Parts: sequence; structure tokens; C-alpha cells
Amino acid sequence: MFKKLNITCKQAVAICDKSQYKEATFFEKTQLNIHFLCCKICTKYSKQNVFLTKLCRNKSNDDKKKQISLCMTQGEKEFLKKEIEKRYVKE
Amino acid sequence: MQKLDPNKWIDKYSDYLFKYTLARVSDYELSKDIVQDTFFSALKSAKNFEGKATERTWLVSILKRKIIDYYRKINSKKGKAEVRMNFYNEGDNEGDWLEERVPQTWDNMAEKQLENKELQNQINSCIDKLPEKYAMVFKMRTIQEIDTDVICNELEITSSNLWVIIHRARTQLRRCLEDNWFNK
Repeated sequence: MFKKLNITCKQAVAICDKSQYKEATFFEKTQLNIHFLCCKICTKYSKQNVFLTKLCRNKSNDDKKKQISLCMTQGEKEFLKKEIEKRYVKE
Repeated sequence: MQKLDPNKWIDKYSDYLFKYTLARVSDYELSKDIVQDTFFSALKSAKNFEGKATERTWLVSILKRKIIDYYRKINSKKGKAEVRMNFYNEGDNEGDWLEERVPQTWDNMAEKQLENKELQNQINSCIDKLPEKYAMVFKMRTIQEIDTDVICNELEITSSNLWVIIHRARTQLRRCLEDNWFNK
């Protein structure tokens, strides 16, 4: 039982990455937290990893906001409309 | 029984399909091409439309195939996004921080920094510097928030491959941020 709770830094980092996407299991998260108690480096890594995730999420929200205003232009739509009409009549 | 009415497709669906595509490939010109392609394919296979689903659902299902095709294509162009799994068991340094750089102290890692425009630009340029396949997988998972199994299916990689790629992408991003931002 105690052996299972003891993990290496590499395993800890892997779990930490997974938990950024909410894909770590409860047991894995427990292992990770116990590892944090005795490893300052991984604690630091984890904090920075969370920061990185937030930064990327901010970026993705930003992108989404920008995209809402983006559409095809009226001209492009007209062009596509004519193309479709042409092809549709042929069918 | 539903009937197709291609002359109204553009007015009714083009905005929706375009945004759907843009959110997934994040490239304006490319999205236009994919949407156009979708409409043309739909016209070609209009005979096969059975009226079981609505027009819109049917168009979206065609669009999805086109987007997957696009990802397949860049994936095969760049070589398969496959890397060796070597997380836990390599040589003497097994489970050690030695071979990777030990995380350095980041000053200023405060919440309010997240809003900093310059930092945002920095992370953008860091993501652009990643090797293409790392960037692709990392963006799909982190920014577009596509599920792991979907990405694995589309790119034909295993989930452990995916996690190794994500980890490497993160390691490089950390390095890039340390060099260009925190320790500047």
C-alpha cells in the first residue's frame, strides 16, 4: 500500500500534466499530493504548470472572442451562392 | 421527410459552418476553403440525403469529415505524430529531474500577470516556436479543448503518445517563457 503511494518525480510530473486536463484519477491525485510533501521541486513545477494552463486558457478565450466578429464577407458569400446555383441546376 | 434547398444554404448556414470550422483550424483562409468544399461535396451527394436528419445536421456531419481530413493530411505530411514512450524507465536517471531542466523560480507569477498583453503575446510566439506536431497536438488539446480520445483517433496515435507530446510541449514552453520572460 505505502509502496504504491511512493512515486518518482517523473510519475508525479506525468500526473500533474494529466490533471491540467482533468484526466488524473482520484488515486493519482492523492499520490501526487503525497509526493508534494517531500518534493519542493515538483511543487514548484506544478504551480508553474497551473499558471501555464491558465495562460493558454486565457488565450483561447481571447481567440474565441475575436472569432465571433469574424465571418465570411458578403462578396464571398455571393460568389459561393452563384457557384452553388450553377452546380445545382446542372445536377 | 426533409428536403434539401441548396439555394438557401449560404444564407442559412454559412456563418454557422464558418465559425465552427474557424474554431477548429484557427485559420481564416483555410476555413473558407473547407466550408466551400463542404457545400460542393454536399451538392454532389445530395441524392444520398435521406431526410433522416435536418439539413443542418447533415451539412455539419460532412463538414466534420472535411476537418478531420485536413488534420489527417497535415499529420501525414509532417510524419506521424508519434514519439517513443520514455517516461519512466530510461537508464540511470530513472525518475529523476536531472535530464530535464529543474524548474527555476518564476518571479511575478501573480494572477494579474495573466491579463498582461505582453505576456500573452509571448506565449503566442512560444507556441509558434514549437515543432509543428507538438504545436498541433498541444493546441488541439489545450486551446480547442478537444477530448483526448478524439485527438488520438484522428491522428492515429496512442494516448501515451499524446501525453508525451503534451509534456514535451509544456517543457519547451516553460523553457521559452523562462528565457524570454521570467529571467530576462
